[in-house]
Amino acid sequence: MKGYSVFSLVRNAFSGHRHWNPVWRTPKLRKSYDIVIIGAGGHGLATAYYLASKHGIRNIAVLDKGLIGGGNTGRNTQVTRSNYFWPQSAAFFDHSLKLYENLSRDLNFNVMLSQRGVLTLAHSHHELESLRQRANAIQINGVDSEVMTPAEIKKLVPLLNMSARHPVLGGFIQRRAGISRHDAVAWAYARAADAYGVDIIQQCEVEGFDINDGRIAGLQTTQGKISADKVSIAVAGHTSIMTAKAGFRVPVTSMALQAMVSEPIKPCLDTMVASSAIHMYASQSDRGEIVLGAGADVYTSYAQRGGIPLLEENVSALLELLPAFSRLKLNRQWAGIVDITPDTTPIMGKTPVKNLYISGGWGTGGYKAIPAGGDTMAYTIANDNAHPLIEDFGLERFEIGALIDEGSSSGVAH
Amino acid sequence: MLRIPCLYCGVRDEVEFRYGNDAHVSRPSPAVSDAEWSDYLFNHTNPKGVHFERWCHVFGCGQWFNVARDTVTHEILAVYPMGNPAPDLEE
Repeated sequence: MKGYSVFSLVRNAFSGHRHWNPVWRTPKLRKSYDIVIIGAGGHGLATAYYLASKHGIRNIAVLDKGLIGGGNTGRNTQVTRSNYFWPQSAAFFDHSLKLYENLSRDLNFNVMLSQRGVLTLAHSHHELESLRQRANAIQINGVDSEVMTPAEIKKLVPLLNMSARHPVLGGFIQRRAGISRHDAVAWAYARAADAYGVDIIQQCEVEGFDINDGRIAGLQTTQGKISADKVSIAVAGHTSIMTAKAGFRVPVTSMALQAMVSEPIKPCLDTMVASSAIHMYASQSDRGEIVLGAGADVYTSYAQRGGIPLLEENVSALLELLPAFSRLKLNRQWAGIVDITPDTTPIMGKTPVKNLYISGGWGTGGYKAIPAGGDTMAYTIANDNAHPLIEDFGLERFEIGALIDEGSSSGVAH
Repeated sequence: MLRIPCLYCGVRDEVEFRYGNDAHVSRPSPAVSDAEWSDYLFNHTNPKGVHFERWCHVFGCGQWFNVARDTVTHEILAVYPMGNPAPDLEE
């Protein structure tokens, strides 16, 4: 892998940018691999990278029915934060944020992390109380979090309408939280994994599993049969479809999670603002667009498009809080299919099929978890034993009743 | 936007309804194993394609009824009362 640097940039600029090398290979699918990962999104690629870099396993294929980072990795709102309520979630997501903080250096690829803070607002005295409780719990979990007064909030986000129909009575902020460039995260992991010899096979759909005596033996794909010692599923909103092929069920409901961006404007919003009571969050991207994150249409859906009622609700919430944006045009609106679990905590680790692993149920918060998801899944696959950070995230928690009711994953008050 | 034909009130916008996920789920006896109970409690069919599901017209008549809907196209294929078996959509 040729490293990127200011020197390579200057050298290529002087030769008219005609000599850049392809960022990854386009290999042919081989007949056999030690490990096959299904899904070349952030989680799948990060898992392959950490398997190669930390565990020395390089005979790996990452298969995708579409393109690298073409699913939810390219459809999210790029938020990275770790202000979670339960200790297990906070430990996991803070590990992820710490990996994000060094990701550009580690992968020699600028993922444009901007730790501009995520401010969550409270609009009633009851909400403010529960928000204080959350902020305290987060501090006890060892994650930075501070409660802010309305005056401090107004100073930080001058555009906010403090006396909206639901007035801003306070809030809390995680200053280390922020946004990064989602495509860059997928590309950075793909490039780094490819440099270790990982085969990334695009447009190769998995059609079935070969299971012998309860143990994974291989896969049937649109490009032929392959054998594999271990297989890991990282397919975002299609987890239940994939596990059905392997003969077991997972407790997820697939829904369309919406987001939208406005036309680009000059920098005016340098913190991410979120409100759970009126359900919206907004930030400004590096290109100047106002990125508006919304909720999910609350019915089962595999249509990668969002419904109009929710769009209207989110836009009206944004304009009530930030009325200066009322003249902006929406440039794009889209949706990604997310798998929501009953407790909104992901499902990670081993499955009823030996040597078949799962990383799914990411719901509305998979992007921020990419580095930690890859790191802990790589450990879990290499050792056939759950990484300590994800011990409580296993599929068995539903049977024993040990749910982790993590409302914070969608920013909802506890 | 879904336009849902309530069995009792006629076609209304989706914002008047609440989704109730899988239809035709029956509660097992309390004597079943933890695995079977958890399967009943948490797992859904979650299909890509035709889904038999429950909806409640909360901001209308308040009645529950069943809908057969395609989860990819969102086309509503049938609406039928609670307690009725799933319709045969092949016809």
